Amino acid sequence: MGLIRYFATDKYAVYIWGSYGVTFLLLGAEVLMLLKRKRNLTRGHSPKLESRDNRLETSFQEIR
Amino acid sequence: MFGWLVWRDLILAWRRRADVLATLFFFIIVVSLFPLGIGPERETLRTIAPGVVWVAALLASMLSLGRIFGNDYQDGTLEQLLLTPQPAYLVVLAKVLAHWIVSEIPLVLIAPVLGVQFGLSQNGLAIVVVSLLLGTPVLSVIGSVGAALTLGLRAANVLVALLVLPLYIPVLIFGSGAVQASVTGSSPQAWLLLLGAMLIVSLVFAPWATSAALRISVE
Amino acid sequence: MFRSYSPPGQPARRCGYLWNSGIDFSLCLQCRSQTKVYGTRYGIKVVTATHSDALDQRKCGNFMSKNRINLYKYAAPANFYPLAGKLIPLFAVPSAILFILGMYVGFFVAPTDAVQGESYRILFIHVPAAWMGMFLYVLMAIYAGVGWAFNARLASMMATAISPTGAIFTFISLVTGSLWGRPAWGVWWVWDARLTSTLILLFLYIGFISLQSSIDDARRADRAGAVLALVGVINVPIIYFSVQWWNSLHQGATITKNSFKMAPSMAAAMLILLGACWLYSIAVVLVRVRYIIREREQEAPWLAEATA
Repeated sequence: MGLIRYFATDKYAVYIWGSYGVTFLLLGAEVLMLLKRKRNLTRGHSPKLESRDNRLETSFQEIR
Repeated sequence: MFGWLVWRDLILAWRRRADVLATLFFFIIVVSLFPLGIGPERETLRTIAPGVVWVAALLASMLSLGRIFGNDYQDGTLEQLLLTPQPAYLVVLAKVLAHWIVSEIPLVLIAPVLGVQFGLSQNGLAIVVVSLLLGTPVLSVIGSVGAALTLGLRAANVLVALLVLPLYIPVLIFGSGAVQASVTGSSPQAWLLLLGAMLIVSLVFAPWATSAALRISVE
Repeated sequence: MFRSYSPPGQPARRCGYLWNSGIDFSLCLQCRSQTKVYGTRYGIKVVTATHSDALDQRKCGNFMSKNRINLYKYAAPANFYPLAGKLIPLFAVPSAILFILGMYVGFFVAPTDAVQGESYRILFIHVPAAWMGMFLYVLMAIYAGVGWAFNARLASMMATAISPTGAIFTFISLVTGSLWGRPAWGVWWVWDARLTSTLILLFLYIGFISLQSSIDDARRADRAGAVLALVGVINVPIIYFSVQWWNSLHQGATITKNSFKMAPSMAAAMLILLGACWLYSIAVVLVRVRYIIREREQEAPWLAEATA
């Protein structure tokens, strides 16, 4: 594991850890958002589900 | 039918002059804000002039896009127009032409005056006018695609701007590039020719996309 | 023409689709249950297909075809939903493995670059992310176009499912690119053709997502998104070339290229991570499209069974 210690002291360490950190952070955030969507679905509170009820109101707005 | 539609839109726009003039004043104000924000040094202003004039023209165009189909959609005329035996392509082309005459020509006419504010040379002013003359129809016709997609939606104005911005960028690059070239002394011919090519291509293809989008939005 | 309808007195259990007369029975290719032909009406041979029992019909999803191989079976959300569910672990697990493997090869096997030192290792994730952003946009446009042209709901749902993943990968490529550019070129951002067109690609994704989320009617949102995606696909090469011409005509812009030689282990790391990104994208898109199917097909009876 000497290489990891080498990376920690390398002057480019910030950039490398930053890039991979941001990458995995964003990919992880995507997975978390998917989990949240599933939880909303099973609880029945998601905005997509509710928008089907709102659709009638919206079309009245558009006609007016 | 084509001519009649253009004439009708022109008359309707004339009755709502305030809308049209608001776009024009927006253009003037935005262009005038830049020297106030950046500082009055002549050299700086001359350098940023092409970009500023073009970006302001872009923004003013985006503001006015809702008006192409908005009023007709709300009172149901648009559906009737789509039901006529004339192809929707011609309907779109007519409305875009009227929109261009009403919203963009004032910008083209006012632009040299504003260019003087920035200290552009005569050559530069001429190229500003020519590039805007070639570029603003492209803005209108590409913008009509965005306007048709967002008909009747909430916050349609912001959404149209968001959708249409990536499509406007090549026009911006070539338009301001042409003015920039004339300011620095090289020939703007290449840029203007590319602008002309974009004009022809977009006039042929964009109304087709717009009519497809209209059918989707009007159902 | 042939009509198909249930004989009177029978419950409506029909499969409902047409094929040539001259055959006396046919097999439903989904559930393999046999059907019967019911006589003639109005002088025209009327062929009615019913499944042999109601349960077969519901499971089958109402599809009958004369052909032996049914290519469009999985075009129905009802049939695609369980297939996607089975496929997800098949893509997710290898993706995780390849990520770990790629990082290992990239950090421990690939040698240090003579010119750039260790900072070049960012490229192992930057290049795959950029490619993913572009490929996913084209894929999204194709699905959206197919969904619009053939009126196929599932294809449009796939396009909607791809869009966030593509946007995230494009954003990752921009961030990692600028984090690599700082040590390599000394600047965080440069307005050359590639960076500018990638930024515009991100705007196109964001436009697509905003448009679809601001339209309530699902089919209208699908079709409007299709128009936008297709116009964007045409526009991407235009942007790339226009920015390239802009930069070459403005003689003062720096045109940079990564000028370093690729050792085989470097290429291997990049390819492994590219594979990992592809598998990850497929897995995430399949998960998302399942949620979209659930959100949209709420009244469908098969859904209650499938999600019980």
